Amino acid sequence: MASALLTAQGISKRFGGLQALTRITLAINRSEIYGLIGPNGAGKTTLFNCLTGLYQADEGAFTFDGAPLNVKAPHEVAERGIARTFQNIRLFANMTALENVMVGRHVRTRTGVIGAVLRGSRTRAEEHAIHERARDLLRYVGLEVRSNTLARNLPYGDQRRLEIARALATDPKLLALDEPAAGMNATETSSLRGLMDRIRGDGVTLLLIEHDVKLVMGLCDRVAVLDYGKKIAEGPPAEVQRDPVVIEAYLGGTIA
Amino acid sequence: MIEALKRYPAAKWLGLALVAIVLGILPFVVESAAGRGWVRIIDFALLYIMLALGLNIVVGFAGLLDLGYIAFYAVGAYMWALLASPHLAANFPAFAAMFPSGMHFPIWIMIPMGAALAAIFGVLLGAPTLRLRGDYLAIVTLGFGEIIRIFLNNLNAPVNVTNGPQGINRIDPFSLGGVAFNKPLELFGVTFPPVALYYYLFLALTMLIIFISLRLEDSRIGRAWIAIREDEIAAKAMGINTRNVKLLAFAMGATFGGVAGGLFAGFQGFVSPESFTLMESIMILCMVVLGGMGHIPGVILGGILLATLPEAIRYGVVPVQKALFGKQLVDPESLRMLLFGLALVTVMLFRPAGLWPSKVRKREFASAERASELEPEQIASRGEGAEGARA
Repeated sequence: MASALLTAQGISKRFGGLQALTRITLAINRSEIYGLIGPNGAGKTTLFNCLTGLYQADEGAFTFDGAPLNVKAPHEVAERGIARTFQNIRLFANMTALENVMVGRHVRTRTGVIGAVLRGSRTRAEEHAIHERARDLLRYVGLEVRSNTLARNLPYGDQRRLEIARALATDPKLLALDEPAAGMNATETSSLRGLMDRIRGDGVTLLLIEHDVKLVMGLCDRVAVLDYGKKIAEGPPAEVQRDPVVIEAYLGGTIA
Repeated sequence: MIEALKRYPAAKWLGLALVAIVLGILPFVVESAAGRGWVRIIDFALLYIMLALGLNIVVGFAGLLDLGYIAFYAVGAYMWALLASPHLAANFPAFAAMFPSGMHFPIWIMIPMGAALAAIFGVLLGAPTLRLRGDYLAIVTLGFGEIIRIFLNNLNAPVNVTNGPQGINRIDPFSLGGVAFNKPLELFGVTFPPVALYYYLFLALTMLIIFISLRLEDSRIGRAWIAIREDEIAAKAMGINTRNVKLLAFAMGATFGGVAGGLFAGFQGFVSPESFTLMESIMILCMVVLGGMGHIPGVILGGILLATLPEAIRYGVVPVQKALFGKQLVDPESLRMLLFGLALVTVMLFRPAGLWPSKVRKREFASAERASELEPEQIASRGEGAEGARA
């Protein structure tokens, strides 16, 4: 697959006696929304954490954007162009919404201690650019009126969107969202869906872990289904939905 | 008030000029009102402000609880003491042969050297503790502080490097541009006593440290520190190299401590390990926490209060006791720490975020009001969303 942005080849991860992932192989194409679904404990988040450098895979390798992705630390993953959000929101709670997004620009900016203290024209220009970009991104996710609100005081749905804005601030090629719709009501989910469509339209590939099967089915171009650490199906949502193996994994073999 | 000042730049400059005048004449006012001893106390308060601002970078910004911060103060002080006293020449013939009349480096070389050496020690402490947080980090840093002190205490044998518990004396007084700080200076018909000269030197360096702190806070580096404090994993995922950024926090914080230590050595003319006990580390931590962690003006306030309050109590309790009971019942020395502890407990109970916490809260209220004026329905629907999430 020449157009694949990210490929995983035979990723395995074991925690003591638990085989969390068994030789997962998949490929995500550019500008697609790729869904990763599966019952609880199927290994979705583990795969996510292996990809984003929080865990090291025991076996297997990722390639990203045409080059192997062998990183030792999560910050290198962000530098390569993979940004993520967290299943349990991890914002910088005591920073404002704007500052949260500004932190996201860290990896694309250079100012060091001396530059920060002297604050020459280059630093000022960079700070200005960080500000502008952060404001644009807040507007993009519809949070501009909340830019001075502390992250922890934002309503839940806004926190989710702020996390996406912060991830987008790192200029990712691949945006990995870990259950972005968890705990959202129908209105919020549909606005999130619009946002994800817009992000894809702007050329960012999305990897989506989700429990909300309806959202995944309506939004994703392709999905992979994990169960007990194995990939049991992959393909367009409509096909996967009819796959008897998938139905069995979700419903435990009984007929719905 | 600060908003009003921003609207009128002239008022801002007027305010700054006013502050400059007050700070400029302070030693003379204090000396005539309370005696020269108090000018000395203010000199020490300035040193403590430097230390508190240094610790604020580590604890307040980066959220790394450091209980051994005084070690960097000790490193700066001993470096200065060794290089500016006859101690090394007296104990090491090779050193005496190399510098027959002593080193006597000028102050503008000594201060950066002290800062750099302390920064190296900061990295030495930071490197092995990168994976630790909270109470675990506190214990390791506490150990580090004690190791440094015990080394200084025992490094008089087999080779006498630090002169052990006796400490090092006969440290050169400062001199800058031919002006010796240990003699009164006549200038424009005004006599500046040595304590006042030290005051101006310390004030200048404190200003520099405040300036550096403010600039760092409002920068890419400062935001990265605060992000690590708030959520280290999220900070990593955002591409922050937490290892380097934490080491930088340790090094920067230590730098301020090293500078203050050097000034302390030159000011006292004498250093001994006694000045660098765990109690001192805790005192500086109290300044940071009591003033308002992570908020520079608050930390400065904390430094001033905690450096002067014990002295004020010491001077104040005897006349108060005489007025109340007609005689002195309790020794001021034993009452001092009691009242001081009581003050700490009271402040922490009633103002847990510190006396002067950061203005983020204020900004937050202002923007919430503005948002509610703009779009009440949207907020209401978001409120529901939050409810739904919790349900």
